[in-house]
Amino acid sequence: MYVAVKGGERAIENAHRLLAHKRRGDQGITEISLDQISEQLGLAVDRVMSEGSLYDRELAALAIKQARGDLIEAIFLVRAFRATLPRFGTSEPVDTGAMRVQRRVSATFKDIPGGQILGPTFDYTHRLLDPSLAEGFVPEAPATTEASTAPTPRVTDILGRDGLIESSPEAEEGASVGDLTREPLNFPADRDLRLQNLARGDEGFLLAMGYSTQRGYGRNHPFVGEIRFGEVEVEFAAEDVGFAVPLGAIELTECQMVNQFKGSATEAPCFTRGYGLAFGQSERKTMSMALVDRALRARELGEEALAPAQDEEFVMSHSDNVQATGFVEHLKLPHYVDFQSELGLLRKLRKEFAEANTPDAMKEAAE
Amino acid sequence: MNAPAYNFAYLDEQTKRMIRRAILKAIAIPGYQVPFASREMPMPYGWGTGGVQVTAAILGPQDVLKVIDQGSDDTTNAISIRKFFAKTAGVATTTATDEATVIQTRHRIPETSLHANQVLVYQVPIPEPLRFLEPRETETRRMHALAEYGLMHVKLYEDIARFGHIATAYAYPVKVNARYVMDPSPTPKFDNPKMDNCPALQLFGAGREKRIYAIPPYTQVVSLDFEDHPFEPYRFNAPCALCAAENSYLDEIVTDDKGGRMFVCSDTDYCEGRQAAGHHGSLSAAPYKEKAQEASNG
Amino acid sequence: MTTIAELPPGFADKVLSAQSTFRSVMDAMARPGSVQRIVPMAGAPGMMMRGTAAIALTLFDHDTPLWLDARMAESLDVTKWLKFHTGAPVVQDSSIASFALIRDGALLPPLDHFALGTSEYPDRSTTVIIQVDSLNSGRSFELRGPGIDGVATLQASIKPFDLFERLRFNEALFPRGIDVVLVADDAVVAIPRTTRVVSKGS
Repeated sequence: MYVAVKGGERAIENAHRLLAHKRRGDQGITEISLDQISEQLGLAVDRVMSEGSLYDRELAALAIKQARGDLIEAIFLVRAFRATLPRFGTSEPVDTGAMRVQRRVSATFKDIPGGQILGPTFDYTHRLLDPSLAEGFVPEAPATTEASTAPTPRVTDILGRDGLIESSPEAEEGASVGDLTREPLNFPADRDLRLQNLARGDEGFLLAMGYSTQRGYGRNHPFVGEIRFGEVEVEFAAEDVGFAVPLGAIELTECQMVNQFKGSATEAPCFTRGYGLAFGQSERKTMSMALVDRALRARELGEEALAPAQDEEFVMSHSDNVQATGFVEHLKLPHYVDFQSELGLLRKLRKEFAEANTPDAMKEAAE
Repeated sequence: MNAPAYNFAYLDEQTKRMIRRAILKAIAIPGYQVPFASREMPMPYGWGTGGVQVTAAILGPQDVLKVIDQGSDDTTNAISIRKFFAKTAGVATTTATDEATVIQTRHRIPETSLHANQVLVYQVPIPEPLRFLEPRETETRRMHALAEYGLMHVKLYEDIARFGHIATAYAYPVKVNARYVMDPSPTPKFDNPKMDNCPALQLFGAGREKRIYAIPPYTQVVSLDFEDHPFEPYRFNAPCALCAAENSYLDEIVTDDKGGRMFVCSDTDYCEGRQAAGHHGSLSAAPYKEKAQEASNG
Repeated sequence: MTTIAELPPGFADKVLSAQSTFRSVMDAMARPGSVQRIVPMAGAPGMMMRGTAAIALTLFDHDTPLWLDARMAESLDVTKWLKFHTGAPVVQDSSIASFALIRDGALLPPLDHFALGTSEYPDRSTTVIIQVDSLNSGRSFELRGPGIDGVATLQASIKPFDLFERLRFNEALFPRGIDVVLVADDAVVAIPRTTRVVSKGS
């Protein structure tokens, strides 16, 4: 005899208990600490802070632990926490030119003022699994030297001095910067909103979109003008204090892409820009972001916009992994009511089809 | 560490003000999708974040909340959302349609007629009825502005040419107050007639797509059709096997692997109410009780 | 000179009072012509009615440009109270206002001076809040439209006297248009752009 399925509440509680148990794993093994995550899985923390839009290493580490290492789930946890935080205002723009640089490379010039600084990078490592890392590895102390006091001007500023690259578009004095977490997005969107969308966007999605521009779907002849990673100061101009108050330092990666030039009969040719910025160290993300930013400027630069990466509605509507994962995964929720509707319709159509396709002779014979 | 502390009904007041303003405009322009700055909620996009934000913005301590998914109060997502509000807003909850002042729903409209002191909040995945015909927001927005709905009629007519019927069984488009074509959310078309001239206020929230829309009470809602192919609500051949209801929407239950099927009301509150009032279907000998409860009592 | 400490207070319980006030306004908007009561009371500055003050505390903030009629605008009590409790920027240009507050119906500017929204975004329009003498006595009006079961009757004493005639421009503008909220002390009636009003005389 049929009894309708109930008891969902208990099922949920039990599932969550089991999840907590699985998350902890074998309790004979030491529990992982937030410090360990923050220190030893630092790039995962950086990604969660970037795409979660919240600079807080400890909360990001907690999110990674809670999400059992699923970074998109961790990003979601951070976003949900961030969503209802009160807003006190907007920070002053950070000056990446004054960054305390830990790494800085340019592909456009052999040497640059302040020098090329390799810093901590996977580049040029041989990707051979290293068994010595499996346990008890003590790294050599890093080589050190006096901190350089030489200024490290941005490569794009050097190009800009000679007019070789377009000047970075500047907003009007006092104009407010858009925020797509506070205002619903409308198309066409200005570059501030596009960059915000890309900065929050999924690294894998941006990588694929950026890659597609290199393979001819909206090619834009990119050169890495510069990638820099290091610390910058964040300041907040409090209205009632009357001056900017330092809030602390954050780590950022910035990529300035130098792209194919524009020009016309009335305008001297010059290179164009693509820009990428992320919390922490994230070169793949910032480079991909810079490629896509440049691709999305097609309309503004009078180029034909035919490729997916140049299509602002397409890119901006699908870049957010929290939105995407929610909607893809919602397909596992019950849909039996709508399915029943389709099922009924399909049965009816099949019946009508069968009737219509019964040969007349057979109909007559049956009669 | 910044220990999270949350407001009544979870959302902060600034967010609630923004949503409330959107709701008022939605009511003033029936069927028009008002953009709003949807927040990340502590549940995934696509799982009712729009409905949850609308409910959070209207809910007060005097409200009695009912949450259904697929017509049932006991599906896991309905339970999860109901618990969320019981916890963050401390509101009374109910499964009885009559007693609720706010009903949040996914994919169904209750069978019991709604009354004037109720608000029905729909969870909406894709609010744009034209989206499957035209993926671009800039285009569909223009079509709504001009009330240019030819594309939708072409689509419905192609169905007729191909299948002899309009082949849309759920999320069947409606026209509200003779102006906006609107997506009723993925409710079966069986439910469409309930939206017309309904005494309750109907609010629709799409979180991921950042839209809120509304049907005020006593507003004309017409399912799109053609003179020679009028809208036909979906009908079942047999009554509910548990309560013998003849006019309710039924779930098909697969009872074995030999083609065994039975049909029971999708609206569990309605079905239980009828059984309690003495209506019995062909298979209703079993007492309708919560299995888990029996196990824990026994 | 009023100091902040002397300003009439806002809601004693911000969260629940805002919720209750919103529900009254939502019900008013959903059921045009029905008289809804605003229960929670805040202080009200100068010539602002209690209902108006509660609506302001519930719906206004930094994101809602606000236009005031000359009587409201000239009252420092009103402007200070609004700035302190809501933060809404007061604007001179009525065509960019999210809300307008009208103390004196005689000073109501032509309605097309407010934001009417666009065909693409008809929601980007001004909600005009007008303080009136009475929402339970005066001339009788018949209302029809969404939210109304057949016909609703409103008895009200309203300035300007021809408000509903002026609002008929909503008919041709739709979906663009102006939504109006009438306040008499703690009573609220909404006339959204879809409502058609016929005067039945006194």
